[in-house]
Amino acid sequence: MSDSTPLSNDERLKTEPFFARQMKRPELGAIAGVVLVVIFFSITADGSMFSLSGIMNFMTPASQLGILAIGAALLMIGGEFDLSIGSMVAFAGLFFGVCVVNWGLPLVFAIPLTFAFAAAVGAMNGAIVIRSGLPSFIVTLAFLFILRGLSLVGLKAATGGSTQLRGVRDAVEGDWLAPIFSGDALQGVFGWLAQNGLVATFKSGLPKVPGIPVEILWFIVIALAATYVLLRTPAGNWIFASGGDRNAASNSGVPVDRVKISLFMLTACCAALVAIITVMDAGSTDARRGFQKEFEAIIAAVIGGCLLTGGYGSAIGAFFGSIIFGMVVIGLTYTDFDQDWFQVFLGGMLLIAVLFNNAIRKRVTGER
Amino acid sequence: MTVDTKFHHGDPATAEPIVQMQNIEKHFGNIIALAGVSFDVRPGECHCLLGDNGAGKSTFIKTMSGVHKPTKGQILFDGKPMDFATPRDAMEAGIATVFQDLAMIPLMSVTRNFFMGREPIKGKGLLKRFDVEQANAVTMEEMRKMGINLRGPDQAVGTLSGGERQTVAIARAVYFGAKVLILDEPTSALGVRQTSNVLATIDRVRKQGIGVVFISHNVRHALAVGDRFTVLNRGKTLGTASRGDISPEELQNLMAGGQEMAQLEGSLGGTV
Ligand SMILES: Nc1ncnc2c1ncn2[C@@H]1O[C@H](COP(=O)(O)OP(=O)(O)OP(=O)(O)O)[C@@H](O)[C@H]1O
Ligand SMILES: [Mg+2]
Repeated sequence: MSDSTPLSNDERLKTEPFFARQMKRPELGAIAGVVLVVIFFSITADGSMFSLSGIMNFMTPASQLGILAIGAALLMIGGEFDLSIGSMVAFAGLFFGVCVVNWGLPLVFAIPLTFAFAAAVGAMNGAIVIRSGLPSFIVTLAFLFILRGLSLVGLKAATGGSTQLRGVRDAVEGDWLAPIFSGDALQGVFGWLAQNGLVATFKSGLPKVPGIPVEILWFIVIALAATYVLLRTPAGNWIFASGGDRNAASNSGVPVDRVKISLFMLTACCAALVAIITVMDAGSTDARRGFQKEFEAIIAAVIGGCLLTGGYGSAIGAFFGSIIFGMVVIGLTYTDFDQDWFQVFLGGMLLIAVLFNNAIRKRVTGER
Repeated sequence: MTVDTKFHHGDPATAEPIVQMQNIEKHFGNIIALAGVSFDVRPGECHCLLGDNGAGKSTFIKTMSGVHKPTKGQILFDGKPMDFATPRDAMEAGIATVFQDLAMIPLMSVTRNFFMGREPIKGKGLLKRFDVEQANAVTMEEMRKMGINLRGPDQAVGTLSGGERQTVAIARAVYFGAKVLILDEPTSALGVRQTSNVLATIDRVRKQGIGVVFISHNVRHALAVGDRFTVLNRGKTLGTASRGDISPEELQNLMAGGQEMAQLEGSLGGTV
């Protein structure tokens, strides 16, 4: 019955050149974008943009966005959207602020509680989408307003009328968990590098860059973990399958509902992480925190190769998409351009990315 | 038309059924898709489910594989009442299905489709991971057994031809069907060689004691491998016949819902 020719020399298979093979990778567009943006700013921007401190400068906002974008990318691959993540940053920030300031909880309790709280909101989002069968776009749009409004109301209740909750810095001062979620990491390494003249220093001999902002490390770790999950675990296969065709996936034994609800919980937790990091960094939280971040995160994910229709994309793509974002936002300040070009740039990138992704998808699916 | 085949046909009438479907009814809103159908499949037999378009065959096997919950009726698995809440439950019980729409995801690779929902694992604890190498090797091997040489296990299913895609779905079900294998029109897009491969595969798994449910519109294919034949018509059974108790002509008439065949017989020379 196995009347087969050897595999190795299939005469109907042209050897695929390296470049053509790479063309099929979802993150290709984002990597090409990074290269283009770097070239653009190398020409137009002040040279200090790509110094160590310049890189930290654009990587910090890129990381804060990227943590959200990776969550959004996984959810998008799983076939759903979450427009409420920006508001979720504010809402989780409020909850975290109340935990540490009003209730005086140490971080060991405040942080897990904040994550649990965010996960519960995410699960509710997911459950409504799954139960009702409505598009997640519309359900989470409702939560975009609900959570933003609740953040405002909650802030006023917690502070007695203000829309800013202060005192976070004092409350977390000296907490042993604080260095994991705020400030700069690897300060010892940078100090040592400075002593040995390997990085730029101030006159005093201290390094100009005291360390790596923690969000950058979180960003890298989350990107690697998400990539591993997507490509090398059953859960990753389930995410692709759920987004590709929920009926086919479910008929093949993939627990689609569980996958999708978990992804909603994950994006909410990503928002909570960004909230915790930025609130501790700023020392306070306010109702505008995370404003419009949902759109930026989705744009970064799309630049990173995620299809709006689900089932295709990568976490590494979203990683580079966010870096492009950070470079453009911060990079323009190093140039003579008016900063308001930013939005034009962003819209243009999004449009190119979508056109590009569409072409890639046709290649992958064989132009059907 | 001859019905002599090279296939072995056992004597499955003696064995206890693996799955027994009793008076299954399925309503979709006001549509009655199934109006009380009883059916069983025994180990080592190929039970053909035949009938006109819209007769309810797909709906029926979907209740068997956990996709639909029956509105009424009972399912016995190994003699015990069974309530499959999801297709995953049915799979874990050893029922594998080739759905009419194949349940394949075009954007995903052949391997990822093959093992969707049942990924092989290697490693322990946190290092537990999808064993991609083994999955690729198994996929290539199983496809080769079905007479299809894949260009590569990472090819997207969307780029496969219709028949190749159908073969992936069949190979997958055969690989995972530990007790019951359900095939909903598995040969509708296949070439001559692949069709005979599928029929031979049905014969092979039957000899291993697996119960096969085979849906087809092709009387010759059904007669080639079938041990029993159940004909559905408008949501009801017209009855079950054992191999040898029914002539091909009778079967063909039953499959057409007992209605007259279109007046083409003459010009087609009875080849339908
Ligand atoms: N989800 C559903 N909602 C409403 N009606 C349905 C649904 N699924 C099936 N039906 C109806 O049930 C009847 C039986 O459909 P089914 O798919 O089981 O037919 P079939 O015997 O498999 O036909 P074919 O040979 O064309 O595949 C049809 O009239 C169909 O319209
Ligand atoms: Mg059908």
